[in-house]
Amino acid sequence: MTTVGVLALQGDVREHLAALDRLGVKGMSVRRREELDACDALVIPGGESTTMWRLARTFELLDPLRERVRGGMPALGTCAGMVLLADRLLDAAQGQETIGGLDITVRRNAFGRQTESFETDLEVTGLAETVHGVFIRAPWVEEIGPGVEVLASVGEHPVAVRQNQLMATSFHPEVNADDRLHRLFVDTCC
Amino acid sequence: MNETGTSRVKRGMAEMLKGGVIMDVVTAEQAKIAEDAGAVAVMALERVPADIRAQGGVSRMSDPDMIDGIIEAVSIPVMAKARIGHFAEAQVLQSLGVDYIDESEVLTPADYENHIDKWAYTVPFVCGATNLGEALRRITEGAAMIRSKGEAGTGDVSNAVTHMRTIRREIRRLGALAEDELYVAAKELQAPYELVKEVAENGKLPVVLFTAGGIATPADAAMMMQLGAEGVFVGSGIFKSGNPAQRAEAIVKATTFHDDPDVVAKVSRGLGEAMVGINVDEPARSIQFAERGW
Repeated sequence: MTTVGVLALQGDVREHLAALDRLGVKGMSVRRREELDACDALVIPGGESTTMWRLARTFELLDPLRERVRGGMPALGTCAGMVLLADRLLDAAQGQETIGGLDITVRRNAFGRQTESFETDLEVTGLAETVHGVFIRAPWVEEIGPGVEVLASVGEHPVAVRQNQLMATSFHPEVNADDRLHRLFVDTCC
Repeated sequence: MNETGTSRVKRGMAEMLKGGVIMDVVTAEQAKIAEDAGAVAVMALERVPADIRAQGGVSRMSDPDMIDGIIEAVSIPVMAKARIGHFAEAQVLQSLGVDYIDESEVLTPADYENHIDKWAYTVPFVCGATNLGEALRRITEGAAMIRSKGEAGTGDVSNAVTHMRTIRREIRRLGALAEDELYVAAKELQAPYELVKEVAENGKLPVVLFTAGGIATPADAAMMMQLGAEGVFVGSGIFKSGNPAQRAEAIVKATTFHDDPDVVAKVSRGLGEAMVGINVDEPARSIQFAERGW
């Protein structure tokens, strides 16, 4: 059975673990190298991407994460998780590094500050009904490489993308107990 | 259609701060140090609580230029404090584009009867609480996040412990009550029945619960997280200590690895002097912040 880890350095870890649990997928929180080694796939939650990056760097998790993603481990990133899976960042903090893997350029906080955070209905490729997307100080995808499939957009900006076994969303499918994006990830990436 | 300022985006913002440390800062330089140390957000205020305590006088919302400077300096969320009941300060802070407003007992209250009607804003609010009833009244007024009050500016964690234990105990107690006993519980808590019922059913507040007030060391943060806090506010504890950058980073690490004593021990080494602190019961202490708000 596939075990899906949730990177638990900071952020809304519990919501992702609950979504996996509802889908009948075995989830576990990941803060250490051994825990990462025990996972077949990884979810990177919403939170503060600079905090997660610094903690991953300090606790020697960043390079193992890069190796696993490069080695083909499926990964889903939401919001801060999208930032961490991007190969390139705009409006990054000074020196900010990512795990990378997705051939995309992501702009941090592209939709604005908290007063501009919003919810909206989205058409998502591969899902029959619309998804209610919750965007919180959300990033968007500014450029995509040739192998990247856009699953959803807000205006002209991609907000959900997939490239082989990697998937990322600007919004938070984990916060409103709608597990279809997690199901899509488990079914098509894992 | 894009909807802004909904309960879901307000409460959701706090969900994203979980497991993180929010640090009080009074200048853009301090904000940068906090961001570099791994803070999930900074809290802009005019003076840290220890100085408010020492200097006395009326304490108000920060200077808008200072808040602008902090927003400019960092890419993480910026919170700012408004006085209890001072809805015009809150309007100004929203207009400046802060990401969260703390309606805070650390500042001098502007209204001794009413708190701010927080539903009227697009920006979310965090409020302090010493017990469950107070937390639920703030949520009823629209707070999207709750923190223990503790006793800010003392470096003494004991009140934060009392408030966190009290809130968690009262939540557990609700869970043990029969449904027909919840009506009286709501009366006793002076909170709406529907909200009391929701807490009884879920075993938790409908919003994120952080700790604040007196946290000064990595071990303080680790203890509060183990007591059920979902994240930590640190006020005077960082910038009133010997080595703010290193202490800030240590508290961030101890918060993430709060259940791993080896990590907490490691990060607690060589931090230099902690803030001197004053015991919450010292007669010299003139102000009891936690008694502000009701």
